[in-house]
Formats: sequence, structure tokens, C-alpha cells
Amino acid sequence: MSATADKSWVGQPLKRKEDPRLIMGRARYIDDINVTGQLWAAFVRSPEAHAKITSIDTSEAKAFPGVQAVFTGQDLDLEAPLPMAWVPPGVEVKNPPHWPLAKDEVHHVGDPVALVIGTDRYSVVDAAQTVFVDYEPLPVVVDLEQAYEGGDLVHADLGTNQCHEWTLGGGDLEAGFNAAEVVVERRIVNHRTAGAAIEPRGVLADYRAGSLTLTSSTQVPHFLRLFLALQLGISEDRVRAIAPEVGGGFGSKLQIYGEEIALAWASRKLERPIKWVESRSEGMLATHHGRDQIAYVKIGATRDGKITAFHTKILQDLGAYLMLLTPTIPSLGAFVMSGVYDIPAVQTDIVGVFTNKMPTDAIRGAGRPEATHMIEMMIDQLADELGMDRLELRRKNFIDPASFPHETALGIVYDSGDYPKALDTLLALDDFEAIKAQAPPGKLRGVGYSTYTEICGLAPSRVTGPSGFGLQTGLWESAMVRVHITGAVTVYTGTSPHGQGLETTMAQIVAQRLGCDPQNVEVIHGDTGTGPQGLGTYGSRSTAVGGESVARATAKVVDKARQIVAHQLEAAPEDIELIDGKFAVKGSPDKGMTIGEIAGAAYIPENLPEGMEPGLEELAFYDPENFVFPFGAHACVVEVDPDTGNVDVIKYAAVDDCGPAINPKIIDGQVHGGIVHAIGQALFERIHYNEDGQLVTGNFADYALPSAADVPSFDLDRTETPSPVNSLGVKGIGEAGTIAASPCITNAVIDALRPLGVSFINMPLGPQRVWEAIQEAKA
Amino acid sequence: MAGSLRVTMTVNGAERSAEVEPRLLLVHFLRETLGLTGTHVGCDTSNCGACTVHLNGEAIKSCTLLAAQADGAEITTIEGMGQEGALHPLQEAFWEHHGLQCGYCTPGMIMASADLLQRNPKPNEEEVREALAGNLCRCTGYHNIVKAVLAASEAA
Repeated sequence: MSATADKSWVGQPLKRKEDPRLIMGRARYIDDINVTGQLWAAFVRSPEAHAKITSIDTSEAKAFPGVQAVFTGQDLDLEAPLPMAWVPPGVEVKNPPHWPLAKDEVHHVGDPVALVIGTDRYSVVDAAQTVFVDYEPLPVVVDLEQAYEGGDLVHADLGTNQCHEWTLGGGDLEAGFNAAEVVVERRIVNHRTAGAAIEPRGVLADYRAGSLTLTSSTQVPHFLRLFLALQLGISEDRVRAIAPEVGGGFGSKLQIYGEEIALAWASRKLERPIKWVESRSEGMLATHHGRDQIAYVKIGATRDGKITAFHTKILQDLGAYLMLLTPTIPSLGAFVMSGVYDIPAVQTDIVGVFTNKMPTDAIRGAGRPEATHMIEMMIDQLADELGMDRLELRRKNFIDPASFPHETALGIVYDSGDYPKALDTLLALDDFEAIKAQAPPGKLRGVGYSTYTEICGLAPSRVTGPSGFGLQTGLWESAMVRVHITGAVTVYTGTSPHGQGLETTMAQIVAQRLGCDPQNVEVIHGDTGTGPQGLGTYGSRSTAVGGESVARATAKVVDKARQIVAHQLEAAPEDIELIDGKFAVKGSPDKGMTIGEIAGAAYIPENLPEGMEPGLEELAFYDPENFVFPFGAHACVVEVDPDTGNVDVIKYAAVDDCGPAINPKIIDGQVHGGIVHAIGQALFERIHYNEDGQLVTGNFADYALPSAADVPSFDLDRTETPSPVNSLGVKGIGEAGTIAASPCITNAVIDALRPLGVSFINMPLGPQRVWEAIQEAKA
Repeated sequence: MAGSLRVTMTVNGAERSAEVEPRLLLVHFLRETLGLTGTHVGCDTSNCGACTVHLNGEAIKSCTLLAAQADGAEITTIEGMGQEGALHPLQEAFWEHHGLQCGYCTPGMIMASADLLQRNPKPNEEEVREALAGNLCRCTGYHNIVKAVLAASEAA
């Protein structure tokens, strides 16, 4: 491959190729797209958290001016309920039927019960108010621990609220705890949050002449096409799914939503295009939530600080139904439950529990922020118990950098890492203890640390697939690289970026190998009708899996290019290398050909090697051998006002390692956003249902996303430890900040409050909770 | 619905007029009646600021104003800020400093930032952060947005 290296586009902080259309307001998101003859849809949603539907009167709505149709759950004749993609071998997962429109019973506030379709965006919302639904209320189950213990049931026919049990362990746990001289136990709550992409979800379904085109604000257009075909009973070749410009996802658009299926069904029924865009309050009710665990965590260690065992039992609040990956999420965290530490015995026991709430599913980090929160909080708790410095305890238990690839007690092989180096680099950024010592009078300051790794780049299909972990899919990627006759390049990727800058990152990967300018490399994504297949953008996989497939397709193009050049220059293909933008014979760079000249020869095939096909485009599929394991070290300083309980983050520094940087500017941006996502959870955000199952934080006035005024700027650095898993050496970075930051903040708040006698506190650390903790400690 | 009324306003320098429902929101007038889809809707409650435009030179949230209330006004949207090859300094700065990721909040962020720089051409970091508190971004963590606004103010 070294023969193809040229001007180093890889590693440059290039401005993004996608930005001109975005900064000029010329992008096309779902709500910017309308088609001739289009109707509008509105959903009637349950105001009850749990109730039997005794009748639905749609007569008034049907007579409403402009209304074309009103459908209920009884009308939707689908092939199957909404999909859930996890069937772990040997584990029973109870999966109550979940329909786009509830049939007999509603199970959470916001559960859709009817679909109103009409000619005008505003009037369908009016008409939806005239659908009269009679509900017979049933007992409501909201509290996770109560739901787990028994009592009222979310789904009476299941006879239990417990959906499934799943365990991952390794090493001798009993021996580990027997060897422990100190054991610390805590109940750690990781509360429910929203993905809260600023673009609401939306769908435009257009069925005509036997074929369906569905445009949706989704992270997974290829999955969507598959499930539309299966649910509607349409052959897959007659379904095209398009993700247009997508305004953020954070996992909340990694889903097959009932609204997508219902609109497709109705469009086929009415033979009209139909569009729906959620309001924010609708999105808060009915776009999947994340997190929502209670974990009972236990760590054992010797007096001198060697960790001997780590055990956690997780209750996962699933909400009322299982959506695409709902029960899977806590298991993703279990794989890295021991974090960056060499712990001989580790076990995670998970129980999935139904409640009368919106289902949970993947939100940025998906199980790994929860796991990291546990281990990183417990390290600080243990250090306190041992009277040992927190960083010394971490260093004492770090996996030895010389031991990579390192197999953990769980049998997971971490690809590469150097945790002491990341921590040393972090400590060189700022003197956190000095900043702490400068607390103004009346304020308390605390320092928090988090040293983390995560598992991403989903993933090796033989591990994650049906006979392994149990996902009913492969997780490969594919890419096609087409060099046009002019030398311009079009790259088609099966990933579906929605803010991650992959049009630029992938163009840099290709330009580096073809000796062209990334400006002349167009990256096409998000349309099942235009390019190769793929599985979408989530799990920090798009560069490590999608980017690698682009690199491999490009390598095939380079192979062919070298054969063409060798033929024309009467040299051997292995003697052709890329020098200053030309493919030339080693040692005589003057006689080379640019990729455009080679493409010209390939498309006007007068002089190609014997038997060579014309054209210059290649396809590559790639399924990785292993996951990748980004890591890093974060630190922050918080300032607490003990009189009000208010917490300010006054310093935040992070060192992250995702392998060799392709575009450092984009990587830093991913880290910034990830950190603030977790600061949001730690300090401000909470999806809160009251005891009746009513959503209390149902819009952006009540659900407190952090603003620019709530957070600081960041001090970042990187270390670059290549992964041996892919040829780029890269790991994911989209979720890392979110995975690392919530324990960092929480540990800092505890550090600040220790002088007042507070030694443990659970998120969210809003003023009321912090103030109450201070009062309790005083009492 | 309850009749219609005619509204006329100057949008990005051109006079635009239409018969609209009295309840039509300004943001929908801009997006759907005029086809200026660069202004976005993110929350419906004036919290996110994706719908920020300028009305008579000041930043307002067009999701909480009726088109009728803007009758006779001068409106500037993101489409009126700059074009290919002639970007507004804030557009240049957001691009240069990676002040956007998914881009959905970006038009509102640029309009709110432009409003700030009109009022306070040389803000410090804290003033930028306070001025943008009504514009939410989920992607960038604000770091590069703040950097971009400060850079644009330096360049001016």
C-alpha cells in the first residue's frame, strides 16, 4: 500500500465539503421536501399511560374539511408487528406485539391510536382533535424497581414485567470477592434522557405504480427499506428508502418507527404521497428515549488497591415495548464493564423490565456511558474507602500497555491502548488541583476524572450475528468508488452520516490514494436507490467500518490503475507508484499518468491490457475481524454554590485516542459535542414521568438541553494509538465524549461536596438534588 | 378555516405578498409560502432558535410570530445573508472553524450571531455565550460556534 501514498490529505484539518449548502440554508431536510399531490398526516396519541381502548369514533374527523381518510389500528393489515432485531441464543426475550397504531390497549402516553390524513398541514392537526377515543384506564406502572418486584403489570398476558435476563461474566467472581479486603457497594441510577436532535423526525411516503419511495429522517435507510418490504409485503426491489439531509440523530433515528410504516401503508392504500413531521412535544413523547437504568454495583479490592472483582446487577427500564434494539442496549455496556482496568473477575447481570413509558433504545453511547459511569464512579468510591489517591488507584489497575491486544476476563480482546499515556497527556493540559484551590469565597470546587475505553466500530458479524450475540443482521459495510472520465470521483457509501462530516473524511481517504484533490471527490450516501448497501451510521462505526470499506474499494481502483499505467509505459505493475499526483514508474516520475488520464484510458479503451474490462470503478464489502476500542482520559473542575446547589463546569479537558486522525478538526468537533451531551445528562436533562405515567418534561421549555451559556470551552489533546483491526488504524469517536464525561462531572461534584460530608450522589445534579444532598449531610 | 388576509413584507430585499390564514406562523410563511426553507423549526416553544430570522434588523424567533404580525416588516433570512462566492463573514467563520455539524441549527445560529455583532461588534466569549443562550445545538457542544463568532468579530 505504501506505493499508493501521496500528498498527505489524511491528517489535515480540512474545512468540510458538506458545509456550503448548510451555511447558506440550501440543504434539503425532510421538511424541505414536498411532492405534487402530497397529503399531510397527523397522529392521534393516547393521553393515558395504560388503558383499554373501548371505542374510537372517527366520524367527525372524517367529515372535517380536507380530510381524506382516518385509520385506526384495526385498519392496518400489516404482515408483522414492528421489528425487534435481537434474538440472543438461549435467552428468552418476551416481546409483546407493538403496532404502528395500538389495536386494543395503549401502554404509554403518546402511543398512537389513529392516523388522520388530509390536504393541509394545519387542518389535519385540528381534525385529529375530533377523533374521540374511549379509554378504560388500567393500572399504571412507572417506577422501575416496583415494576421489577411485581404488582401491577404492563402486559397482563405476559404475567410478569420482566422481559429478559442476560449475563456476561468472566473469571471467578466468588474467589475475587473472597480475595477482597475492601468491598464497596452502591446503587447507581442512570436516568432517562432524550436524544433531542434539533431536527424533529419526519417521513414522506410516496407509493405509486407498485413501488414505494420513503424519505425519512433516519440513520438507517437500508434497514428501513428491508423492514418496509417485510412489513408491507412488498418485494425489496420495489422499495427505495432515502435519508435526505438529516439534522442530527444521536441514536434516536436508529429505529424503525411506526410512523414510517403507517405512512407507507396509508400511501399505498390511498395511492397518494403523504408527509408527516413531528412537533417537538410529539417527539418528546414518541421518539425513543435512552439510558434509564438502576444498577447495584459492587467492587472488591485489596487494601493496597488491587481490584479483585467487579459485579453489577442492572435493571433496565425498557418502557412499554421492545423497539429495534431496546433490550440490547445494556448488554453493549457489559462488554466493557471493567473499563480500562485489569480485573480478574467481572460479571454483569441484566434484567429488562417493562414500564408504562416510551421505549428506551440507543442514544449516543448506548449502554457504554452507563457502564463507564458505573466503573468510573466506583473507582472514586473505592479510592475514598481505601484512602488512596484516585489517580494512583487508576494507574495501579490500568491494563499494561505492553499486553495489547489484551483479552479481558470477559473474553473481549481490546485491540490497542496506552492508558497511562492518555492520563499523562491529560495532566499536562492543565493543573486541575490548582484551579480547584482558587475557589472564590463561599463556593466549593471539585475535580473529577474519568479514564475510559469503549467498544465500537460495530462490528464483526460473526460475533454480533444470530449465532453469536444474537443480532439478526450482519454489520458489514460496502462502498463503491467510481473514477469518472474527467478524473472526478464519486464515492458511494452504505453508511448514512447526519452531521459527522463523513463526506469530507471519506474524500480525504480516497484523495490520498488516488492523488487527486478531495474537492473533486463527491461522497453519496443515504439512498438505497443510488449505491451499494450498508447498515447505517451509529455505534461509532462509519469511519472504522465504512471508511475502511471505502479504502478497500479505492485500493482495488489503484490496483487497476497501476495495471493500466504499467501497460501503457511498458513497466511492471508492482513498479508503479503514486508520486506527486501521478502514477509513475519508480525512479522516473516524469512519465506518469494522473488518475484522470488513467480514467481516460479506461473509458476509451483503445490500449488496455489484454482481457481487462473497461471503466474505472470498484466495489468492496468489509466485515471487520474485531471491534475497535477508543480510549482516553477526561478531567474537569466544577464549582458548586452550597446555598443554591447550582453546579458550574468551569474547566473541562479531554484526551481522546481514536487512532491516527484523518481530519483532526472533525474529531475535535465530535468530542466537543459528545462531552456536552453528557454534561447535559449529568447536570440538566431528565425525561421525567409522574406517578400517573404523564410526561412532565415534554418540550424544550421543560427538558433542559444545555445552551452555550451553560458550558465552557474545552482543552483537548489526542494520543494516536493505531488499531490493528483495519488498514486505516482508526477507531470511532462519535460517542467517546458522551461515554467519558458523565462520571467525570459526577465525580467532580462529589469531590466538591466531600468537605460537607456528601460522599455519593446520583445524576441529574440539578440545584435541587445537590442542595438536598447538602442538607441531608448536615442533618 | 376562518378566512384569509393579505400580508406584504420585504424579504431579503424583495417585496413579497400573499393571502394567508390569519393563524399562519411567520416561519411557515417563509418556508412554505415563499419556499425559503433555510429557516428551520426545531421546537415550537421558542427555546431552540432554529427559526431565528431578522425582523426590521433584529433577531426574532419566527415560530412564535404570526405572518400577519410581520405585515409591512423587513425580514432577512439565511438565504439573504450570502451566496456562493460571496459568503457573509459569519458564514465563512462557521465554515472555517467547524461551527456546525448536522447544520440544522446553523441558520438560526448565524442569524442570532449577526444580531449580536450588530449590537456588540467586539464581544468577549462570555457575551457570545450569553447572546446564543436562546439557540440550541446538540452536535457541536458550542465550542466551535463560539470560536467562529469571535473570529468573525475579529475579522470585521
